[in-house]
Amino acid sequence: MSATIQPPASQRDADAALSKGDAKAASELVSWKAGIGLGLLAVLGTVLFGLLANDKLAGFRIAEARDPNASTVAAWVTLAVALAASAYLAYLWAARRRQGGPVDRWIPAAALAAVVVLGLAALGVARLEKVAAPSMAVGWICSAVLLALAGYAIFLTTQRRPAPRWVGGVFAVVFLVGFLVWIVAGGRDSEPSISLGGLLAGSVTLAVPLVFGSLSGVLCERVGVVNIAIEGQLLLGAFSAAVVATVTGNVYFGLISAGVAGALVSLVLAVVSIKYLVNQIIVGVVLNVLISGLTSFLFSTLLTADPEHLNKPGRLDPVDIPFLADIPVIGPILFHQSLVGYLMYAAVIVVYVGLFHTKWGLRVRAVGEHPQAADTVGINVNRTRFRNVLMGGAIAGIGGSFFTLVSVDAFSKDMSGGRGYIALAALIFGRWNPIGAFLAALLFGFADNLQSIITIIGSPVPSQFMAMLPYALTVIAVAGLVGRSRPPAASGIPYVKG
Amino acid sequence: MKLELRGITKRFGSLVANDHIDLVVEPGQVHCLLGENGAGKSTLMNVLYGLYDPTEGEILIDGKPVVFKDPGQAMAAGIGMVHQHFMLIPVFTVAENVALGNETTKTGGFLDVEATRRRIRQISDQYGFDVDPDAMVEDLPVGVQQRVEIIKALVRDAEILILDEPTAVLTPQETDELLDIIRQLKRDGKSIVFISHKLREVKEISDIITVIRRGKVVGQAEPTASTTELASAMVGRAVRLTLEKGAPRTGDVTFKVRNLTVVNPNGQRVVDGLSFDIAKGEVLAIAGVQGNGQTELTEAILGVQPHASGSVTLDGEELLGRSVKQVLGAGVGFVPEDRTVHGLVGTFSISENMILDLYDKAPFASGLGMKPSVISENAAKKVEEFDVRTPSVTAAVGTLSGGNQQKVVLARELSRPLRLFIASQPTRGLDVGSIEFVHKRVIAERDHGTPVMIVSTELDEVVQLADRIAVLYRGRLVGIVPATTSRDVLGLMMAGVPAEEAEASVKAHAGTNPHAVPEAAGREGESDV
Repeated sequence: MSATIQPPASQRDADAALSKGDAKAASELVSWKAGIGLGLLAVLGTVLFGLLANDKLAGFRIAEARDPNASTVAAWVTLAVALAASAYLAYLWAARRRQGGPVDRWIPAAALAAVVVLGLAALGVARLEKVAAPSMAVGWICSAVLLALAGYAIFLTTQRRPAPRWVGGVFAVVFLVGFLVWIVAGGRDSEPSISLGGLLAGSVTLAVPLVFGSLSGVLCERVGVVNIAIEGQLLLGAFSAAVVATVTGNVYFGLISAGVAGALVSLVLAVVSIKYLVNQIIVGVVLNVLISGLTSFLFSTLLTADPEHLNKPGRLDPVDIPFLADIPVIGPILFHQSLVGYLMYAAVIVVYVGLFHTKWGLRVRAVGEHPQAADTVGINVNRTRFRNVLMGGAIAGIGGSFFTLVSVDAFSKDMSGGRGYIALAALIFGRWNPIGAFLAALLFGFADNLQSIITIIGSPVPSQFMAMLPYALTVIAVAGLVGRSRPPAASGIPYVKG
Repeated sequence: MKLELRGITKRFGSLVANDHIDLVVEPGQVHCLLGENGAGKSTLMNVLYGLYDPTEGEILIDGKPVVFKDPGQAMAAGIGMVHQHFMLIPVFTVAENVALGNETTKTGGFLDVEATRRRIRQISDQYGFDVDPDAMVEDLPVGVQQRVEIIKALVRDAEILILDEPTAVLTPQETDELLDIIRQLKRDGKSIVFISHKLREVKEISDIITVIRRGKVVGQAEPTASTTELASAMVGRAVRLTLEKGAPRTGDVTFKVRNLTVVNPNGQRVVDGLSFDIAKGEVLAIAGVQGNGQTELTEAILGVQPHASGSVTLDGEELLGRSVKQVLGAGVGFVPEDRTVHGLVGTFSISENMILDLYDKAPFASGLGMKPSVISENAAKKVEEFDVRTPSVTAAVGTLSGGNQQKVVLARELSRPLRLFIASQPTRGLDVGSIEFVHKRVIAERDHGTPVMIVSTELDEVVQLADRIAVLYRGRLVGIVPATTSRDVLGLMMAGVPAEEAEASVKAHAGTNPHAVPEAAGREGESDV
């Protein structure tokens, strides 16, 4: 997916002729948005982490290994693998740099991931159990770094140069560290601490329905249909998973029925918006209201009357993957999931590979970008859309089963709690890319989990504000950090032939 | 492959777009369809390509009747089409665009991009296309995008290639290259259907010309037929192809643009440091290929571009930073490039559209009330004066033909005393008769002593109207040259080559390209109709 384009020779000559000795004017104007945004956040950080800090120690428990021996072996193996991968990626990167060629987009990302894994494995090998950070000192250090980074970004802007991408990344990491230390140190105990492993593992778990929801969004929007009905698909999926699993006594039937239920919601969306050209956003919103009302009604009339026979599904218990689950820190986070969790990994990979490396994906993206062009090469636009919307609904429905089969073991009113909309935000934050949407959903899951953990240990901030965290993060992420990302050009526009 | 259309009729409701059209395209022949905008050429080709079902009639290939339900079937039968608006996905690479719908796959449905790349390179080498299979389509110049469209057809083994208004978006040099490609394709035995309303190209490339007017075939002509003859056949009456205008009587320089820069929301300078003057009684034409900052330039002057810097003065008064209403109030008449979107409210009546900018001023309004009788009297007078063909002034503007809509816009803009007149693409999509009329009015306004700025992507129009020509490329001024500059030099300038270099390059090539200079010299009598 390297994307560097050389304009044809004639064009280049013409450009050269035009821009002789005028290279500076050709540089694009730089927006003040980054500088001002970072500046404000840095000031906020200084006030919170520095001025408002107390002098407690913030404790972070790293890992509680279940089987120390297996764990050590796994940690060493992971360390070796991560080291080899990091070295290889670094070599690739350096080699590309030396040749002067463009660096493939995946190399920096993969290298970063390898280094993170390396660090975590090292923690496991060292058998480090707890890190304690003095809140005051860490707070001031973080504040100083944040202010310096913001100052650098502003300085670059005055020089009409855009801030390099690493500035934003480092800023985010330092801000997060400062925030965590500050908020944990604000806990009730004299030496408050949280489990870092638990925080991360819980994030992945909470992200499961978001990932399924945003994958549904990716499948629909990539083909040109806006799917606001993710919320409804999750909810009906949760409902039917609960009921079918209880009635049949088999959780797997529940899982399948959740997919069918999601697809049913999609069927309505597809028929009304693709065939009858009704505004997709309105249909989506109406569907959400309809499903919410319908499931609430059935819940309060039928399910509460006889929960024993209608609302007592079994659970899909977490399954460990041998060896991998033993890796300290990483194992419990990634390889101690329920069937729905593993399906999530599979779905992300399948959707990604499908969209970008297969004939099906090429056609899907073409339909979402320029349906008329797709039509003129013999692709049936509306059939493609129909199929994808149904598929998206089924995926969101399976995500909905998470609520009743994994998270809680019974259906309750409106239990999706707006996660369908957060999934929509994750989709946009992830730039309509399955992997991006997955990472964005993880971020939102992290915020969600942090919020509940902080509420437990007590925090300097009223819990109502903490409860806002995932949503506030959504707003900031979508409004401020997405930048100018480009949705599929035909998203939301019905296709009428001729 | 021989293609035959018999009695093709296509109706949209009560509108008859094609009326029993017969057409025969022989193998290895370039068959031109000549007709004005709206004559039904594109509809006919969309019928042939399976995008529309014909109401009546049949299509025969090598004597056998065929029915195409969708473009896929037409393609399978060996028909390829290059649409006027390219059917390319801008965020896909060339290879992805070419593969789409005709993908080579490995097992499991995975794309075999390498196979497509090989095919593209092979065709590209065979015809000298110079297309990189991995380039992103949106980054390619229009001329190259068009070649990608041609490759798309060739990859699918098209024997009949339909080119719908292929030169509308090209610079003159790109047009010449395209005509060369068509000659090569013809040599390879492909049949070409070339749709155009530009007489020069049609005469240069075609083997036979079929003229279509109002959905009917009105006759066939040889390419040797004279330009006037062809134009008359196309329009249905005798037309004058030359514009009579006297030398400009220029007065003081009243309109000055200094260092005008417009930044688009992506932070790119779409208009980059423009400076020019227009004197009273002079026409400055802004030439350039579409999308090189013309739209933003006119919008900046009018005051609808938010991020414009520099200075725009009219009679010493600064216009930049003023509201649109203030700018219009300063005496600026403006004809926008897309009359259906910006110039008119389609569902409003003609009389309402005639006062869109004056609705709150006397004599059309007093206090909060409007005066319907004055408004319709005004409209009746203007309709008469500007020869707007309409049943009534209460008719919705959207129901008028393009030419008549444009006359309504002109009538409104030219009916008040102006100190600057700007017209963007004043004759786009108009028939020959309306073009004649619009050009006359523009020159009349000039002779009235108003500075006039014309923005046009049609080189012929630029050359006809202009007293001076300013060429834009990527938002910058390549140069301002006299109206007598040769077409080849202008063409090179439109590709970003500075005036002197263009001049030198054209002189250097004059020896190898015998018709370049004489054609430029003989330009005066020709027109683009």
